[in-house]
Order: sequence, then structure tokens, then C-alpha cells
Amino acid sequence: MSACTCSPIAGGHPDGGFIPVQSDWTQADWLGALAVRLNVGRMDYRVAPGLYAAGRPDAAAPVFVTANYKLSFDHLRRALRGLDAWLLVLDTHGVNVWCAAGKGTFSTAELNRQIEVTGLSKVVSHRRLILPQLGAVGVAAHAVAQATGFTVIYGPVRAGDIPAWLNAGRRKDSAMRTVRFSFWDRLVLVPVEIVNGRTHLLTLAAVALVLALIRVRGFDPLLASSFAGYATLLLGSALAACIFLPLLLPWLPTRSFSIKGATIGLILTACLAVLAPAYAGSGFWAVYQGGWAIAGSALAAGAIAAFVGLNFTGATVFTSQSGTLLETKRALPVIAGAAFGGLALQIIGAFCNNPS
Amino acid sequence: MNLRYYTSALTLELDSTRCVGCGRCVEVCPHGVFALMHNVPGGIGSLPHARRPHRQSHIVARDRCMECGACALNCATGAIRAGAGVGCATAIINGMIRGTAPECGCGGREKSSGCRGSNCDGNN
Repeated sequence: MSACTCSPIAGGHPDGGFIPVQSDWTQADWLGALAVRLNVGRMDYRVAPGLYAAGRPDAAAPVFVTANYKLSFDHLRRALRGLDAWLLVLDTHGVNVWCAAGKGTFSTAELNRQIEVTGLSKVVSHRRLILPQLGAVGVAAHAVAQATGFTVIYGPVRAGDIPAWLNAGRRKDSAMRTVRFSFWDRLVLVPVEIVNGRTHLLTLAAVALVLALIRVRGFDPLLASSFAGYATLLLGSALAACIFLPLLLPWLPTRSFSIKGATIGLILTACLAVLAPAYAGSGFWAVYQGGWAIAGSALAAGAIAAFVGLNFTGATVFTSQSGTLLETKRALPVIAGAAFGGLALQIIGAFCNNPS
Repeated sequence: MNLRYYTSALTLELDSTRCVGCGRCVEVCPHGVFALMHNVPGGIGSLPHARRPHRQSHIVARDRCMECGACALNCATGAIRAGAGVGCATAIINGMIRGTAPECGCGGREKSSGCRGSNCDGNN
């Protein structure tokens, strides 16, 4: 891991001082948020660690702790609009609070270090810190108290709930304590899922090209349409899983992510197979004509979508490692078998039902 | 949130003989697994009478546990054990390939796929 390349957002630390910060998002903040949601520059979207001042905080003002992922920081400062507060930003290498806590960068040691480095105990007269609840994965509150004298209060999961939490006398209701995974929460994951899978998509395109070359026996006028047919099948099932698995997650069958994914791949193949007989002789639709080809398509599409599904476990907010390990060990051999079986059947289908 | 995952291998354990009823686990659990409840006979275990808390933590929704480990880390008396780790197949497969522990690599500067990276971006 190389050194942090953080760039301060407001001209850098004055000597021993702090950085003033605005609550309102500028156009650049909105564009930056949009870009990281599309996975553009997401791993390098940072603010400088240290102490920031929102409004005009005094020695009695509350201290909110966050990560130096700019989107985490931006959500916090926006939630503090109209309040006078200190923001203590830990160096999490530009990773959000929950992930950083899981990886040990949003940690007891880093919190203790930033308290020391910023001279927080001289800036504020009280000894209370408000941490985002999900930071608890990496911070042991009692250990912070022991080392620094600061008492840790875990605030709400979402920064947006902070005003309501303060109004309620710093009491969390169960909604503020709970991570949610609503339709909207799942929808915003789709672009990152697709962009993250781009190398896999290129691999699938290469496989589609090889299959098309086998089917039309080398370079042939039908090569393009045959390639398009295979690419639609292979890339289509991957993309369909990237899009529909998050959106339809609660309604897809079983708790197994690979079965949920496979369902999408099989539905896609079934739809295409129903349409195919109307286009007999077409290179594009040959993938779904004849028993061998349909079985091969179903296996391949099911395996690809199941693999996408299995990998979506990491993007959810409720999968345990023990459960994921269980599913991975069970599903991976089946997925691999189905993928190779599907390829074999497609090749057999290419010889039994050759359009050229 | 009604979504559930496989629960048969869950590692969460609460030792009520050590629980002092501070409520940290309730405060940090993102899935409402714990609740502070008045003690029922037999629940207070072996704590000396004077130290028996009025209320103790109970596991009320075990099947929602995602093994994030926040409760165990923040339990000052060591009453909770939970195998902490990412519930991410990509990380597990990466670990299998490299022969290491599950590693998603979304920390630091590494640009790798998967991990919880994308979903918790919106959280605090």
C-alpha cells in the first residue's frame, strides 16, 4: 500500500489549527458523488484526515468522527447543516466507514492517533465522541476510553438521521440503528456492479467469438450474426443478473444467491428460446434452436448468472461470512460444471444444427 | 429488512454469565439481533449477587446476524463471541485462489471488484 495521496479540500491545515467546512454541497460535490456511484475514481475520492469545523464550534461543541472517503465526509457535513460541530476525520485510505472498519483502518488505534495528532483534548472541554454506528466494527469504545479518556457514543447508521437523533436526545430508535437494503439502496449498486464486472464481460465476449467461429467454421458471412447471438446469450445473462438480481432480490427464490442468479439466467434463456423458432436459419437465433443448443444455452446462462449472483453476496448488508463460505463451497463446483457442460453442448449443437 | 441468509453455520455466542447489561451490543448491532431484557430465572448465571445487572442482553434475532463483529469488539466484558469477516464470495474465492484468508482488497489503493464497498458508500 502506498502513501496516502489525500488532497485537502480547503487549502490545507493552518498550523495546529483546523479546516473550516461548508454544509452545503457544491456542483462539484454532486458530480463527484455521481462519479463514484458509477465507479469512476471511487478508490481515490478523499479528504485530508484531521479536524474540521462546521459552523462556529466552541469548546463545548460535539465531535463527530468519520472516514476520509469524501462521500462519507460529505454526507456528514451536509447532515450537520445549521449546527456548530467538530468533524474528526480518520485516515481510512479513502474507504467508507463500514468497509474501513472491517479492514481495520477505521480503528481504535487510528482514532486514538487522530485524537493525539489534532490535540482534540485541548480543543474541546468535554470528553465525548460521536461515531457512526457502523464504525463499531473497527472501534472498541471501552478501549478508546481507556487510552484517551474520551467516551464513545455510537450515533445513527446513516448521517442523514443525525438531526433527528439529536432532537430525540441522542436516542436511537430501531430504524436509526438498522442498516436497510431498500429498492433504492439496491438500485444504486447496479452501475458499480456492471462497471466492476467489465473484465468478466470482455472474457465472455471472447468466449462468444470462439463459439461463433466454431459454429460457422471460421470466417463466414454468418460469423457476425452468430457472434451476436452468442454474445447476447453470455453477456446478456451476466448483465441481466447485474441489473435484476439487486432489484428483484427479495422476490427471487430461496436464500441462495446463486439460485437467485440462475433463475434470472434461465428465465432469459426461456424467453429467447420461445422467440427463436420464428427465425429459423438465422445465425443470431441458432443458439436457441435444437435441443442441444437450448440445453447448452440454459446451462451457460444459468451458470453465468449464478456466478454473478454468488458474487453479489459481498454487496449486500446481511450476508455472514459463515453463510457465504457455505454457499460458495456448495455452489462453485455446480456453477463450474454447468459452465463447461453448457460450452460442450453448444459445440455439439453447432455440429448438429449448423445454419451454414 | 426481511432478507435472510444461511444461518446454520453462524458463530454468534453470548455468555450471559459475563453480561453486565451495558447495552453496547444493542447500540452497535445493525440488524437488531440483541435486546436488553429483564432477567428471567436462570439467565443471570454465576455473577455474584451484588453484581447481577437489572437487565441483560439477549439474542432475540439470531438469524439476522451478519457476523460483522461489532458487538464482540465492543463488549467490554468479553461476553460475546462472533467470527468477524466479510460475507463476500468474491473475497472467499480470492482467498481460495491465493491460499489466504478471504481478502476483498477494496481497502487501500487496490482496485478490485466486489466487497461491500459500493453499498456502504451511502451510509454514515
